[in-house]
Amino acid sequence: MMFSPTPRKLAALAIILVLLAVPFWAAASGSNYVVTFASRIVIYAMVCVSLQSIVGQAGLVSFGHSLYFGLGGYVVALASFHLGEGIPLLGWSGSNEALVVWPLAMAVCAFAALIFGALSLRTTGVYFIMITLAFAQMVFFIFVGLKFYGGTDGLPLNARNLFAGQRIVDPVTFYGICVACLGLVMLFCWRLSRSRFGLVLRGAAASERRTLSLGFPVYAYRLAACVMAGAMGGLAGALWANLNRFVSPDMLSWLRSGEFLVIIVLGGLSSPFGPIVGAAAVLIIESVLSGWTDRWEVIFGPFIVLVALFAPNGLWGLLRSRRS
Amino acid sequence: MQLFFEQSLNGLQFSLTLFLLAAGLTLVFGIMDVINLAHGSLYMVGAYAGALVAQRFGSFWIALPAALIVTALVGMLLERVIMRHLYGRDHLAQVLATFGLILFFNGFVTWVAGRSPLLMDIPPQLGGYIEIIPGVPYPMYRLMIIVLGIAVALGLWWLVAATRIGMLIRASSERREIVSALGMDVTKIFALVFALGAILAGLAGVVIGPIRSVQIGMGEQVLITAFVVIVVGGIGSIRGAFIGSLLIGMCDTLGRAYAPLFFKTQFSGQVADGLGATTASFLIYLLMALVLIVRPRGLFPSGR
Repeated sequence: MMFSPTPRKLAALAIILVLLAVPFWAAASGSNYVVTFASRIVIYAMVCVSLQSIVGQAGLVSFGHSLYFGLGGYVVALASFHLGEGIPLLGWSGSNEALVVWPLAMAVCAFAALIFGALSLRTTGVYFIMITLAFAQMVFFIFVGLKFYGGTDGLPLNARNLFAGQRIVDPVTFYGICVACLGLVMLFCWRLSRSRFGLVLRGAAASERRTLSLGFPVYAYRLAACVMAGAMGGLAGALWANLNRFVSPDMLSWLRSGEFLVIIVLGGLSSPFGPIVGAAAVLIIESVLSGWTDRWEVIFGPFIVLVALFAPNGLWGLLRSRRS
Repeated sequence: MQLFFEQSLNGLQFSLTLFLLAAGLTLVFGIMDVINLAHGSLYMVGAYAGALVAQRFGSFWIALPAALIVTALVGMLLERVIMRHLYGRDHLAQVLATFGLILFFNGFVTWVAGRSPLLMDIPPQLGGYIEIIPGVPYPMYRLMIIVLGIAVALGLWWLVAATRIGMLIRASSERREIVSALGMDVTKIFALVFALGAILAGLAGVVIGPIRSVQIGMGEQVLITAFVVIVVGGIGSIRGAFIGSLLIGMCDTLGRAYAPLFFKTQFSGQVADGLGATTASFLIYLLMALVLIVRPRGLFPSGR
């Protein structure tokens, strides 16, 4: 098979090369700032890829995706907290091992998504947007109220999780783990969108009635999509907790859910590379503007409005139009 | 018992403030099919305009009309420049654009008025207390908000149910295309409804100014609550917004008053405080989730 260089393929290649080049750039610049900032982009991209997997193809606009991001973070933080304090949690002494707590975070989030998804999917359209927001707010207030775990002040982690017994001290190693996880998540979502599963979700978004009459249990498909998105969002949250060595209810805030939506629309809903572009764009713009003026929202807000009005296919969508 | 009456009146006052916001939100959504997250920003703009004018001229009675005029103008400008392009777009684009507007308004108001909260005085004529229920002295100002809210509710009901404009509003919310085909200028009706919603939001903002602090982000908290109200009531229905406001307002206020008391009987101090605060904030979302599970389109679904 010949490689035909379309703008999108070239852009995807460029993104992969940039992601791989970051450690060398960091080594050249001699500071950890670049690699930490890149880790932040990678984790944001991951949670946004997971959100995109339900918003983009299933057409389910969730305004509560910060729920899974925050919950995943809190699972990691609580496991570490209980281990550190020596207080068992429901008979479990806690753990600091990434290979234990990260899958646990995903499992907890998948379970939460199963419950919340099963209830939310009874509604459609704007009601779905609002009920997902309501569930995220409920979990937000639960963690605000849990004074034992710091309440609004949040909960610091003593150290990063161990990875297969090894300490992750080097930020470049941690960045590598984040990129590997992002790669797996993207590959999974890409395979899923090419499968019959993705086709059914897209069909149901276009016409629920026709898909139902073809004999597909649309509700079950959508619920499965929500569960997978929740699990992947939880993994991103677990990584975020490790990156900052800190969790707080701020991870669950509805403004963060809004930010995730901004990222996926800005990046483009059609490709898993969209959220990487979107996350990089949003985080870089935020950091440049907030370094330049403390009233950065006055510029960033209208920018989002312009994107919503004039670039419905996002930055990735601009590439496609150039090819044709 | 005195606590109960007092908290019920507080709940009523909160409910009616919510209604001022929810009415605009539900009309804008019902007629134009637009989710306007920036509705809370208009509330904030109203409160800030009122507080700034009151600081400058020292009178609530100048601040009130000034705030209404400012929010009406901001609302009309917003409709003209941005909202008009969002009609007929998907909900995602609307959520995004109006989310951007929230950021803009927060930044802009910080720029104009600074980051620290503003304080507004209760007008001296309404500074006293009235014993509306024997043995329960209640602030006159809050009572005025209750009366005002009921008056606005009745006025809106009259406007929507009994006037020609109201008929056009109802007709546009059911069958936009047909109203348009009958030769009515739907764009004008939309602009009018949006301005009306903006004025109501501004009114809510300016009357709430003297009893809560006027600060950045005040719009978002109340916006989410107002959304809960219209979703519980059924989007597009004024009656639903009214009943929803009462349900949510009462549930929130009484929850805040009684949940900590309840938990104090069960647990020790700090644990009880945390649990009480959580339960109080949590209740309205729980109520909304329950309503949507039983009735996925709210209590009073509109025609469409």
